[in-house]
Amino acid sequence: MNQFQYVRPTKQQAAIDAVAKDATATFIAGGTNLVDLMKRGVMTPQKLVDINRLPLTRIDADPGKLRIGALALNSTVADDKQVRARQPLLALALNAGASAQLRNMATVGGNMLQRTRCSYFYDTTMPCNKREPGTGCGALEGINRMHAIFGFSDKCIAVHPSDMSVALVALDAIVQVSGPKGNRSIPFAELHRLPGDMPQKDTTLEPGELITAVDVPDGPFTKHVHYQKVRERASYAFALLSVAAALDLDSNNNIKAARLAMGGVAHKPWRLTAAEQALVGKPATEESFRQAAAIAMQGAKAFKHNAYKLKLGPNTIIQALKTAASVA
Amino acid sequence: MNEQPKPKKQIGAPMNRVDGHQKVTGAATYSAEYQLPNITYAVLVGSTVTKGRLTGLDTKAAERAPGVLAVISHLNAPKPPGPKPEGKDPSQPQTQGNPLQVFNDDKIRFNDQPIAIVVADSWERARYAAGLVKAQYAKEAHQTNLEENKSNAFLPTAAKKNPKNPMNDYQRGQVDAYKTGAVKLEAEYVIPTEVHHPMELQAITAHWEAPDRLTLYDKTQGTMATRRDFAKQWGLPEENVKVIATYVGGAFGNALHSWPHEAAAVLAAKVVNRPVKLMLTREQMFTMVGYRPYTWQKLGMSATPDGKITAITHESVGQTSTYEEFTESTLAQTRMMYQSPNVTTRYRLAALDIGSPIWMRGPGEATGAFALESAMDEMAYLLNIDPLEFRLRNYTDEDPEKKKPWSTKFLKECYQLGADRIGWSKRQLKPGSLRDGDWLIGYGMGVGTFGAHRGAATVGAQLLANGTVLLQCATTDIGPGTGTVMTQIAAETLGISPDKIRFELGNSSFPKAGTQGGSSTVNSVGPATQEACLALKDKLRTLAAASNPAFTSARKEDVTMQDGYLTVSGNKDTRVSYADLLKQAGGTAVMVEAKPGGEGQKYSMYSFSVHFAEVRVHQLTGEVRVSKLVSCADAGTIVNEKTAGNQMKGGAVGGIGMALMEHARIDDRFGRYVTKDFADYHVPVHADSPAVEVAFVNQPDPYVNALGTKGIGEIAIIGVAPAIANAVFNATGKRIRELPITPDKLI
Repeated sequence: MNQFQYVRPTKQQAAIDAVAKDATATFIAGGTNLVDLMKRGVMTPQKLVDINRLPLTRIDADPGKLRIGALALNSTVADDKQVRARQPLLALALNAGASAQLRNMATVGGNMLQRTRCSYFYDTTMPCNKREPGTGCGALEGINRMHAIFGFSDKCIAVHPSDMSVALVALDAIVQVSGPKGNRSIPFAELHRLPGDMPQKDTTLEPGELITAVDVPDGPFTKHVHYQKVRERASYAFALLSVAAALDLDSNNNIKAARLAMGGVAHKPWRLTAAEQALVGKPATEESFRQAAAIAMQGAKAFKHNAYKLKLGPNTIIQALKTAASVA
Repeated sequence: MNEQPKPKKQIGAPMNRVDGHQKVTGAATYSAEYQLPNITYAVLVGSTVTKGRLTGLDTKAAERAPGVLAVISHLNAPKPPGPKPEGKDPSQPQTQGNPLQVFNDDKIRFNDQPIAIVVADSWERARYAAGLVKAQYAKEAHQTNLEENKSNAFLPTAAKKNPKNPMNDYQRGQVDAYKTGAVKLEAEYVIPTEVHHPMELQAITAHWEAPDRLTLYDKTQGTMATRRDFAKQWGLPEENVKVIATYVGGAFGNALHSWPHEAAAVLAAKVVNRPVKLMLTREQMFTMVGYRPYTWQKLGMSATPDGKITAITHESVGQTSTYEEFTESTLAQTRMMYQSPNVTTRYRLAALDIGSPIWMRGPGEATGAFALESAMDEMAYLLNIDPLEFRLRNYTDEDPEKKKPWSTKFLKECYQLGADRIGWSKRQLKPGSLRDGDWLIGYGMGVGTFGAHRGAATVGAQLLANGTVLLQCATTDIGPGTGTVMTQIAAETLGISPDKIRFELGNSSFPKAGTQGGSSTVNSVGPATQEACLALKDKLRTLAAASNPAFTSARKEDVTMQDGYLTVSGNKDTRVSYADLLKQAGGTAVMVEAKPGGEGQKYSMYSFSVHFAEVRVHQLTGEVRVSKLVSCADAGTIVNEKTAGNQMKGGAVGGIGMALMEHARIDDRFGRYVTKDFADYHVPVHADSPAVEVAFVNQPDPYVNALGTKGIGEIAIIGVAPAIANAVFNATGKRIRELPITPDKLI
């Protein structure tokens, strides 16, 4: 096997320094994605900085927000009473992801930083600009049924695979980051980036920056929420397409506020703000949902094998909103 | 001595697996788990191009890597002395051409073809060094797309050479008579490449115990077939090669062939002169150990307005490799299932630059049944007749192909059992009639059949000092529970408790049996077990007669075995201890070969099944869930309800995979699979499978063998996929003729 160093610091600063000072180093937490990528030779870090000893597993129910430690396990967060009461959409999205075994290993920070599942990215003999800049995009003219319909470039049409992130972007989460230059907060929608000319860069994190927590602000979305994930088998599959939907309804069943995001359609979790705005003030009816879905899909463009997403997208939005609205 | 209890009925009892405990506790040893002294580990290097020649192979870095013992390629591989395996044995696939010879030349015939094998003192070191081997290629244009190569399809060579070969065109009545029928349909159907993917990866441990003596611990469905292949390849007498496959963790057909990785491991063991262990990766399971071939089919059918089929034409083109012609019985069911005066079938192959296919559960019949049984449903709709009623109107009471009576056929009984259990009467003919909220509900059915094949088999039996009867046979148990049902057959025949039987299998040194495939094992080994037990009892009686003349005239059925004594029943004083029997010269061992008689000349022998599915299709997202699945079989005598039921359920779940998710996709530009793991290649998870209901007619067939069995493994999956596709049509009005039925095809 490829040789690499392995360190397991107990101090956050030591972990950050270890990665900041070594371009070939990378953090590892649950390892559910990185280990696979290393086995296939897609990623070949020279040093693994295991952060599992850092005290980042807590879920703090603060006034006005939940602060979820970056090392909290996906399963722990999904089962947490405060999360279920205050952010049920997040719990639903988490439980739609992966399998129980993986959720027991995967961390919140790692989930958002998981890499695309594009087959061309995973096969080191195939062209892929994300893995090996300059080699071309294998999927562009290849088998692209799982690929993007929004925000892609001619360099990369891959999608981000996380379910959790679709809920977090909808819920205006804030990512807390600590790095060589100190701490900063990143609005969730700005954590992931579009491929542009640099598909090798998934996020806006700087070298050595470590996600320490994600804050999820309280909101009115404690009841009428739904995470609709469409996949090719009932469990343990990545989304063909998914929708996180949250509604705040008044006593007349009119929409006071809405949140909507899609997964499986872009290089990042895809927030649908225009569609959200179109829903505000409307009655929570299928007709309103249909109009919002049409707005949501504006600008979508398909490739050879993923044209179905142009129809599956609006259908799934409608279904997610219908289900959210009907939660009793 | 106590009065003898009446012997318990063993055949038919839902007995637990004799090896279940070993399997679930990890005590069972599989091919990759033999820890021989001095063992070494091997990893294959695969070609990254699909066709061409190797122009350079730099193995220096790999050879210098720590722990590496050898890097073997076409540049330095010893050439096995024997002739190439030709695959002409009837128990082998009907291939024409030669299985791939590894490291024989510089030609690349498919992507991921082994181009080198690296042997090291640990698996990790072998794997690391394998990554250091650098190859240069002269690439040539390749073909991996069947649709683009249909026009080059050809009649299999075996059929060209032999007019009696079943792959030849078949005709009864008028050619393509459906074209002039009163009510007619013509439709094309596609099954994509599917891969067996048993849980256990393909693995072999090869050990040259002497320069001319080879032992293989190998994942194989046929210990004797593997023995023959490698004895031939190395020019050895067969008895010098021993193949052990005591436990096989599923195979579904992919261990029916001797593959390049096996040849590579044997070669590597020769070179390093130490045992070599090689286990494929899941990615390699896609490329070099076979698959269900992508198959295009066209089916034309005509019927009278009152629902009598007047003609069927069924054509297919299946893919094969460029170096072997793999054929399967895709069109067999069409020739014999329904009463049609005019039937035409045409079977063709297209050779592509991919590894060879191999029979995958329910092999060609499952592929063909998708087209035939979908077309039956389509025709029923055209005629506005219930699909079950339409099948009844075309039921056959004798084989219309062979013009012989069926040995037994209880398919009508299966229809009735299944229709009752699924609640067929709730079904509405009009699609989209039933719904539950956003889910559309539909019902569909599909029929399956497979020949009740039987071959010769030999079983050895002897009494051991501890009172156990030891039975041995070279057959394998890839999961159906062979050892368990043979134990039951032996226990019933000898009138002793199953825990006094030990049935050993999976070893080519044991008395001979054919390969486990084609639902033939119980049909073949079952009677041999039965006859060996009868012979043993008679031998014991003869031995007893030497010391107690009362046994000389005793009838076989009056001799009983209990508590360490052979007794003449009704006379408890007439007994001889096992210890005394075993003292006799010559021992107790017997060996009996059981062979099929001429029944196959007189009767047409098949197992039959019908599958009924209830599906729910989401009207917005196109997701399909199978909410109910009922599988009913006429498989003759059921030896063990539990293991037989388990086979039916496993087949049904395989059918769900075939219908809804399995699809190995190649990017034809590179000739490489883009589905390389279980994240991309979907098989059903528990949440995809309802509790499958199974019902057996359980009527013995008097002609296949004395036990009355007909075989189960294949009919468990044949007909499931069309049942689901037909249910999807009933739910949605959408006819999906290209599997799998994924959401994108339904929205």
